[in-house]
Amino acid sequence: MTVKGFAASVLLVSWMALNLFIGMADAAEPKVKDLILATTTSTVDSGLLDVLTPIFEKQTGYRVKTISAGTGQALAMGEKGEADVLLCHAPAAEKALVESGAVINYLLVMHNDFVIVGPANDPAGVKGKSSSDAFKAIAAKEAVFASRGDDSGTHKKELSLWKNADIKPTGSKWYQESGQGMGATLLMASDKQGYTLTDRGTYLAQKKNLKLEILNEGDKSLLNVYHVMQVNPGKFSKVNGEGGKAFAEFMVAPETQKIIGEFGKEKYGQPLFFPDAGKQM
Amino acid sequence: MNVIGDGFLEAGRLLASLDPDVMSITLRTLQVSCTATFISVLIGIPVGTVLALTQFWGRGLLVAVINFGMGLPPVVVGLATWLCLTRYGPFGVLGLLYTPTAMIIAQAVIASPIVAGFSLAAIQSVNPKLRLQMLAFGATRMQYLFLLLWEARLGILASVIAGFGGVISEVGASLMVGGNVRGYTRVLTTATVLEVSKGKFELATALSIILLLLTFVIMSLLSYLQQRGRQA
Repeated sequence: MTVKGFAASVLLVSWMALNLFIGMADAAEPKVKDLILATTTSTVDSGLLDVLTPIFEKQTGYRVKTISAGTGQALAMGEKGEADVLLCHAPAAEKALVESGAVINYLLVMHNDFVIVGPANDPAGVKGKSSSDAFKAIAAKEAVFASRGDDSGTHKKELSLWKNADIKPTGSKWYQESGQGMGATLLMASDKQGYTLTDRGTYLAQKKNLKLEILNEGDKSLLNVYHVMQVNPGKFSKVNGEGGKAFAEFMVAPETQKIIGEFGKEKYGQPLFFPDAGKQM
Repeated sequence: MNVIGDGFLEAGRLLASLDPDVMSITLRTLQVSCTATFISVLIGIPVGTVLALTQFWGRGLLVAVINFGMGLPPVVVGLATWLCLTRYGPFGVLGLLYTPTAMIIAQAVIASPIVAGFSLAAIQSVNPKLRLQMLAFGATRMQYLFLLLWEARLGILASVIAGFGGVISEVGASLMVGGNVRGYTRVLTTATVLEVSKGKFELATALSIILLLLTFVIMSLLSYLQQRGRQA
């Protein structure tokens, strides 16, 4: 190969890369109205938002950028005006944002429930107990418990359950924080044949990969409530207020609520979420 | 549960059927990583060349910084880029967060020191007598520079290969600044992470296989260029 040939091939490669670069510039045309939705992993990992956002985008012309994080991060993004609309499941923490005026249009969307899952033989004997007695039994037995440990809505709920049971599990050998999403944490619990707290939706979606059974459910404290809220454009000038409002309204619209109620029925034989718009919690 | 076998089947099926989601993710991966590598070549090779050929106060420190940069953890670059690009961050006005451009920026930051560091080493390892010989033949400065780069071509292409390898395999920065938005900033690595957290291991395996294939094809192309250069 000659010097010329070498230079030509380098030029060719550069030209191809440049074309890609130009293609990118086209794709990022500012005509698109971007909307940043910060949400919890369960709405993404369960597949619900993959169904809902395309419908919303078609109806309104917005492009939704779904950032799937734990509820803690989603709320932090809302608090700093870095997102336009939030879909979360930690009512206590959300209330603080409503009160500080960081978010408005705080609307109830849906619920499902948390369940305590563990190995089928239930070594700690959590079956049939109240949620706080179940947690006490796990701690007493020092059975492995996989915690999210990521400040997500599920993690916040789990911590409140430990608090109810008057136990401080952090630092104990049997209490293992994965620091990851629900799916990964379920896998960890399954692998170690330990217990964990999960939302029912993610568990059902993952069930085929897991050696875990639902052992404790139905306690009132295990309710998992999702709210939508738009970040206050009056407080943060860069927030897409109209888009946030449109998304919040979309989530509670009757047609959307119907889709939420149907979602997962076909695949799992039961719905993953129960629509609640307009109800009092 | 034969995940790996099913993953291969799934990869074959996705490729054969030209699955639109997978195609768009693959194209996005190529676009982002190739552009980032291209930019890092534009930055890295001149920087490496200048550092190899000049002497100035602080040069040693700069070389140390570049060598340090070759080991920059992608997740740290991702966090720094994220903080710079957030709406209320220093470059928030650009509105670049959660776009492919943001991913290109982060990846270029990762790859540039790699390209610069390897080019520097490649040029420095060219026999220094070449300079005297060239000047004796009456070469101009530009001719000398071009021939020097030509002599170092194997190492310089290795720098491109290493830079590209660094960014195509990177997931932390892409996830943070791209946001893994479906149909927009989702690339093969971030899609794999998502499918694992969804529990769809077959699809995750299939995406990994496609990523390996893609990397293999591009690396083969670059190796071909490099080894062709050897014979000249």
